[in-house]
Amino acid sequence: MSKKKIIVIGGGIAGMESSTYLASMGYDVTLLEKSHELGGHLLKWEKLFPTMRLGKDVVEFLDKGIELAKVNVIKNADIVNAHKKGNTFSVVLSDGKTFESDAVIVATGYDVFDARKKEEYGYGIYDNVITSAELEEMFLSGKPILTSKGEAPKKVGFVHCVGSRDEKVGNVYCSKVCCVTAVKQSIEIKEKIPDVDVYCFYMDLRMFGMHFESLYKQAQEKHAVNFIRGRLSEACENIDGSIMVKVEDTLAGRPLRMTVDLLVLMVGMVPSAGTKKIGAMLGLNFGANGFFKSQDQHTMTTISNIPGVFFAGCCVAPRPINNVFVDARAVAIMTASYLEGYEIEKRITNL
Amino acid sequence: MKNFGYTINNDRQIDFDKADRRIADYVKNHEPSFNICIACGTCTATCSAGNFTEMNLRKLMIQIKRGDLIAIRTEIAKCMLCGKCFLACPRGVNTRNIIIKINQALNIYETE
Repeated sequence: MSKKKIIVIGGGIAGMESSTYLASMGYDVTLLEKSHELGGHLLKWEKLFPTMRLGKDVVEFLDKGIELAKVNVIKNADIVNAHKKGNTFSVVLSDGKTFESDAVIVATGYDVFDARKKEEYGYGIYDNVITSAELEEMFLSGKPILTSKGEAPKKVGFVHCVGSRDEKVGNVYCSKVCCVTAVKQSIEIKEKIPDVDVYCFYMDLRMFGMHFESLYKQAQEKHAVNFIRGRLSEACENIDGSIMVKVEDTLAGRPLRMTVDLLVLMVGMVPSAGTKKIGAMLGLNFGANGFFKSQDQHTMTTISNIPGVFFAGCCVAPRPINNVFVDARAVAIMTASYLEGYEIEKRITNL
Repeated sequence: MKNFGYTINNDRQIDFDKADRRIADYVKNHEPSFNICIACGTCTATCSAGNFTEMNLRKLMIQIKRGDLIAIRTEIAKCMLCGKCFLACPRGVNTRNIIIKINQALNIYETE
């Protein structure tokens, strides 16, 4: 009997790690990646919370897996059609190549929130308002952190929950990783510019991870990062290019305004363009927040509404890297169980 | 001048750029745990003074950080230095020593 085939869509962490495990288990795995390299968003991240290890290390780990397991990787894959006929899936690329498989793993990930939608914070209008993703690219470039005038900032503000927990932009969910990312980036800014004052404007700090709370305490204790509880109503530009922020200091119970030289918006995760596209092609169910809808939020998180299609990673919900690794390995097991027709496959539950 | 009954309200907004941070800096430098408060309010919940007066250490610490120093001296005088707040703090903030340092700073800067 010939090897069963699996197509994995999306070459980020989830797609790479699930491909690696399934290929190692003896399946014929084809990994389709839309860009020219594997690694997804991780390629743009210098250091990772909470350990500050390099994102590059994790990419290397993933690459090594792809290489050892001999996954068939197709880069620059522009999918124009994907459908199921009988028990076989066909995926067609814009160059005419067609791939067939017995199962599909959708690992189409997330996009970062477009901060221009939160117009009152002035992203795209004021030069000294940037996003957390852009700050990370500055870190990665190794260049000094400068304002638009080319000066080292004396005061830097971080705005939490931009594009998350906000009905006004249509995203009511928490993006999970931004709180601790702000803490991480605050520490990095303080390390690069020791006499800078850093202010985090937050609603509440969701330090859910095992070592997140100690990172937060480290930011307060060692780096004297200031945390001001309150959500910005608006940011505006002063004549010298610095940014005036308005917020209620909810712990003092009074409105507060202050100037910062650089304002960093902690952009959340939104369903990716690829998630929407592939979901529509395959007829996958979406949840209320626009991410894919799992068959059951506790017991069937990797299972889609179409037998043979599985979800991995942030296409289902915002997740930190460690959770995506767990998810990728879990989806490998679920896919194998489906392909082998194990008895346990009968216990599908539905919400 | 005839009084028409109009008044001008003071701005309630904290202008952080002009905030007097001398007390906050003094306390921070002499008792670094001042920084790690998460404003949970455990200190205030257990505070004997707080049970009978308006004394609210959680709020006082925020006010000092924001340079709002108007009522600090009278509020801080209500503390009996019993130290229950220090025992209760989940974050290990040395609240008792913070009170002492605030008093010292007030004496130094004579802010009232």
